[in-house]
Amino acid sequence: MLAAAADRVWKYFGDYPALRGATIEVRQGSCVALIGRNGAGKTTLLRILASLSKPSKGEVTLLGLSARSSEARRRIGYLGHGIGVYDDLSAFENLSLFGSLMGVANPTEAAKKALDRVGLSRVRDGLAREFSRGMRQRLAVARAFLHEPDLLLLDEPFTSLDDRAIAVLQQLLADARGRGATIVMSTHQIREAMELASDVALLERGRMVFAGPRTTEMVLDPGWLYRTYGEQQA
Amino acid sequence: MSGWSAVLAIARKDLRTELRTKESINASASFALVILVLFSFAFDLGRPELLEIAGGLLWLVYSFAGALIVNRSFARELPNDCLDVLIASPAPGWAIFLGKAVSCFLLLMAVELISLPVFGIFYNVHWAGAFFSLLLVIGLATWGITVVGAAFSAVTVNVRLRELMLPVLLYPILIPLLSAAMELTTALVNGEGLGGDNGAGVRLLVGFDVIFTSLAIYLVEFILVV
Repeated sequence: MLAAAADRVWKYFGDYPALRGATIEVRQGSCVALIGRNGAGKTTLLRILASLSKPSKGEVTLLGLSARSSEARRRIGYLGHGIGVYDDLSAFENLSLFGSLMGVANPTEAAKKALDRVGLSRVRDGLAREFSRGMRQRLAVARAFLHEPDLLLLDEPFTSLDDRAIAVLQQLLADARGRGATIVMSTHQIREAMELASDVALLERGRMVFAGPRTTEMVLDPGWLYRTYGEQQA
Repeated sequence: MSGWSAVLAIARKDLRTELRTKESINASASFALVILVLFSFAFDLGRPELLEIAGGLLWLVYSFAGALIVNRSFARELPNDCLDVLIASPAPGWAIFLGKAVSCFLLLMAVELISLPVFGIFYNVHWAGAFFSLLLVIGLATWGITVVGAAFSAVTVNVRLRELMLPVLLYPILIPLLSAAMELTTALVNGEGLGGDNGAGVRLLVGFDVIFTSLAIYLVEFILVV
């Protein structure tokens, strides 16, 4: 079964088509690096997959379910550009709240465990607004992974993370892959992405110009994909 | 998690953050009290005709104070893109909306109950004898204000001039509700009950609440996910 599928998806913002018939099929258990230049449509596609935005045309299914079904959303973890935590709640209150909303059986236990994993147990009762940038990022990562989602949608997850947050995220991603979760992450850091990814998708001006398994050429030469399938050839 | 648990979780979260920051309740309560005091200078408080406009005065203040509260309901989700996380969660759109409406309702009721004694003292209006009837009218009208206000707060959440847009959209819709609440409040402070002709006003408030709550619950998913 596919973990996520977008079939000829178009998305217009006014008259501007941010996505032009983008198609992608994400196998369960795979790790897809969604790459492309600024404005290629990566964030738009991820937002549609996360059911935050409706496609203007085309179909999206997640884990074999309609993208807006509550069962599909319960099994998704989304980390966008914003950290998605409340500044005026404590770290523990934030995670307990999201645990309840995500339908976790015991939200307080899950929150404690998640804080422990990202190294924030000591400051669990501190308000998020009082945290350093790195601590806030780790809290955001804990929030996205809290309910052990089957499908992780991560929008440039490594951008502007500090070293400790990168290590935490890498560990959580490795654990998620270990339990068979599917990962789709957009990124500009092609070299790092190629090391993690099992599959690669390249968006160019809203069109999916390549989607397939990562090959050795891509790891050895991160620019190869752009040169082979990029705009000049498309 | 059921939709109703999500309603409670979101309402509790909104009340908790509001009680910590006091962003909208301070603004709303101080606005209501200041306007009540200023109006008292504008009218001759010794004239019996004042009782004829007492309900109108009170609901003008309540409706403006209400706009300050409902304006923040969805806007408070904007920092850190928290609204995205709520929408991506399994909580249905109607539960997110109702959670916000419930928290706004409780906050506005608090502001109204704080300013009611001030209204009684400054305008020499005796409302204590009709307190429970007045509470029913205030409750019904406040739910109407918050449910329409929270719906328009969702509509305008990404609009740059939302503080301006919200009242422009909100008040025309609230005219029948405010008109009924004003008439009923005037009748109650003049010693009338809720029976007879005033019963039609109560039915209007109930009908308004039912219609707009149902509409908002149905439409909110289309408003939030575009």
